Amino acid sequence: MNTSHFFVTGDPMIYGADVSIVLVTIAIIFYLSYFKKWGWLWREWITTVDHKRIGIMYLLASLLMLFRGGVDAILMRLQLAVPNSHFLASEHYNEIFTTHGTIMILFMAMPFMFALFNMVVPLQIGARDVAYPFLNAVSFWLFFIGAMLFNISFVIGGSASAGWLSYPPLSESQFSPGPGQNFWIWGIQISGIGSLATGINFIVTILKMRTPSMRLRDMPLFTWSVLSSSIAILGAFPILTVSLVMLTIDRLFGGHFFTMDGGGNPMMWVNLIWMWGHPEVYIVVLPAFGVFSEVVANFSKKRIFGYGSMVFSMIAISVVSYFTWVHHFFTMGAGADVNIVFAICTMIIAIPTGVKIFNWIFTMYRGRITVTQPLLWFYAFVPTFLVGGATGVMLAAAPADYQYHNSYFLIAHFHQVLIGGVVFGYLAGLYYWWPKLFGFKLNERLGKWAFWLWQIGFYVCFMPQYALGFMGMTRRIYTYNATMGWDMGWAPLNFISTVGAFLMGIGFIFQAWQIIYSIKHGERDVTGDAWDGRTLEWSIPSPPPVYNFAILPDVKGRDSWWYQKQEMKNGTYQEQPVKYEPIHMPKNSGIPFIMSGFWFVAGFGFTFEWMWMGVVGLIGVVLTLFARSFQYDTDYYISVEEIERTEKALAQKRYASVQRTAN
Amino acid sequence: MQHSIGAHVSDHDHGHVDHEGLKVLGFWIFLVTDCLLFATLFATYAVLHSHTNGGFTGKDFDVPGFIIETFVLLISSFTSGLAVLQMHKGNKKGLIGWLVITLLLGATFVGMEIHEFASMAAEGATLSKSAFLTSFFTLVGTHGLHVTFGIFWMIGLIFQVSRKGITSVTTRKISIISLYWHFLDAVWIFIFTVVYLMGVM
Repeated sequence: MNTSHFFVTGDPMIYGADVSIVLVTIAIIFYLSYFKKWGWLWREWITTVDHKRIGIMYLLASLLMLFRGGVDAILMRLQLAVPNSHFLASEHYNEIFTTHGTIMILFMAMPFMFALFNMVVPLQIGARDVAYPFLNAVSFWLFFIGAMLFNISFVIGGSASAGWLSYPPLSESQFSPGPGQNFWIWGIQISGIGSLATGINFIVTILKMRTPSMRLRDMPLFTWSVLSSSIAILGAFPILTVSLVMLTIDRLFGGHFFTMDGGGNPMMWVNLIWMWGHPEVYIVVLPAFGVFSEVVANFSKKRIFGYGSMVFSMIAISVVSYFTWVHHFFTMGAGADVNIVFAICTMIIAIPTGVKIFNWIFTMYRGRITVTQPLLWFYAFVPTFLVGGATGVMLAAAPADYQYHNSYFLIAHFHQVLIGGVVFGYLAGLYYWWPKLFGFKLNERLGKWAFWLWQIGFYVCFMPQYALGFMGMTRRIYTYNATMGWDMGWAPLNFISTVGAFLMGIGFIFQAWQIIYSIKHGERDVTGDAWDGRTLEWSIPSPPPVYNFAILPDVKGRDSWWYQKQEMKNGTYQEQPVKYEPIHMPKNSGIPFIMSGFWFVAGFGFTFEWMWMGVVGLIGVVLTLFARSFQYDTDYYISVEEIERTEKALAQKRYASVQRTAN
Repeated sequence: MQHSIGAHVSDHDHGHVDHEGLKVLGFWIFLVTDCLLFATLFATYAVLHSHTNGGFTGKDFDVPGFIIETFVLLISSFTSGLAVLQMHKGNKKGLIGWLVITLLLGATFVGMEIHEFASMAAEGATLSKSAFLTSFFTLVGTHGLHVTFGIFWMIGLIFQVSRKGITSVTTRKISIISLYWHFLDAVWIFIFTVVYLMGVM
């Protein structure tokens, strides 16, 4: 392979990126050295196995990736704003739509979701950590290193350009030679292994780590959503792993899985990747449903309506999601009998989803509603997701799909469900649980600006795209000529859509500003119960101590904390005598980070088809696994004295600030 | 029996989680995902097994070779079971002895498989010859890699058992690798049936 173009050249934007990457790296190194923060970074963050810190790292990384994917989106919209545009070179445009899709799903939505898993689940179920804290750190670092490997393709070697799901034969070495496609394979492969491990981790955490008095039917709905999402991960991600291995074998060793010659079958890839890919979209949307269930119940001051049907519909969604994959390629021509099965299964999914929307609305009915930032995003979600779902049912009608297939109608549809469902849901979760993790609320005024910019921007951006789809504009189109642009009316709609994308971009800037502003000026929460919550996470201080619960909470049913507060108010609550016991905790470990470093070496080597380097990396991975296997001193106990000291300090802090506000 | 490391777990354990049991459960769930990994490879093989591109076909497999391989692996599964029985009796020497026999049998299996692959390649039946061979080498080779990994893992555990003895931690570790080993055996039964028997039939 030709590696003379190790660094990407030729485009001024890329040189700009080179310079800014170097500058930011120097700035970070300078900051860490000048303030002597290297040790702190290593001890407190890189080696941590604390689910709360891992959650925060996931969150930061996913916001960073949201920025990167957002810049891609804006570049695409600029390219399409007017006819005959050559703002981007055509190859560069292909790279950008490929990285936009890949990053938004795998390196933004997934880690944002894992951020919420980590930040919330152990606290909601009264646990001190996840089932496998070490594995949790491994998962995070695999994701992080996978994302970094994928992102350096921007400046080194060039990015993939065969679309976010890289259909063969285009993604085979014959048509996509060079490292770009390999970056895609290895970036996703490495982070995918981490995702699979997280799925296993949270299934066991939820089934086995709940505080002993919490039955399954007492679990908060967010925890249920994490369970159903994790089960779907378990079924879907092995298929992704294998598919990526097969494409690697084709590209690196001359295999014939998906090639046009030698008996290969490209459509097999399309089947396999969607057997993962379709459950994947449900994997990311189910936790958003969980967030809304918590938010709606909390801000309506009511129990969730139809708890049982909520749980049932989530499990139903995660099961039926395995029987819909062919709807991504009805046009393959599998025949009417096959298409009809998948069309019906696809439409069936709308039923449990509809059930959930009714349940949320019935929860609000006669509730005492307080409109807060999390609830705002729920308000935005309902109509957006409803329209997205309706256009989804349109696409699911197989004969009609032959008309919309791969048009901008599809683009508008899936952005409507993914932004309206997943992004709005995760943002609601972010605003809702932010005070729990950081001890202060995010500024409301800036948040409202961001909210409205996002909403208006979203509709301005995507509504025209439905029309463009009907007008015949296909996805991944690089540019269109003036006849289509002005005579057929593509240009005005495209221009409007671009304006919408910018509005969303400005909305994101407001959110970044909101976070920075609130670090200094955000409303401090000393109660630990910033929203007068219902579930266990609100019963402990914010941010929680390292062991979360000094004493494992005693749960008397659903929304236990809410009812305990009621009892405390009317004086019927019986205080249990406090008797601390030593708490068993996992020790920090540098191995996850080092192991991911070796994964990076392996991934980078295979990307450039330097086999020796790939093999060295894999040997390093195995050696770190061995090193871990030989470690026996992996945990410690927090003594009773230390727990007493910590709890006392937390209580004093709370008392002091209550005094301060009283004065 | 076990007192060195695991002892502190059992002393004051009110409301604490049984960490060793938790890890075994996690490994079961991991095996579910590994099962799906193999299922995907089997499905691929099923789709591509007739795409021989005019070359090597299923009829050309070396029958005595794969039958001996099968017996070697089945016996190793049995000996790994004997190792676990010795462990439950608290017999460290017996445990290590049966583990050594298991991994020797495993190594024989891998050696035979490498020999099979090499002689196929010498006949021109390489991975890049046809889609059938690509899927064959990937499916069988993935199983072989699993066995190879298991051998190294077992060597590591033998060292740990000889140093630490039979504790709650090493018991858990041996239970897990024995699960893994039986699982590979079960997968091989499917490879034996779907790939080799149905191939030569």
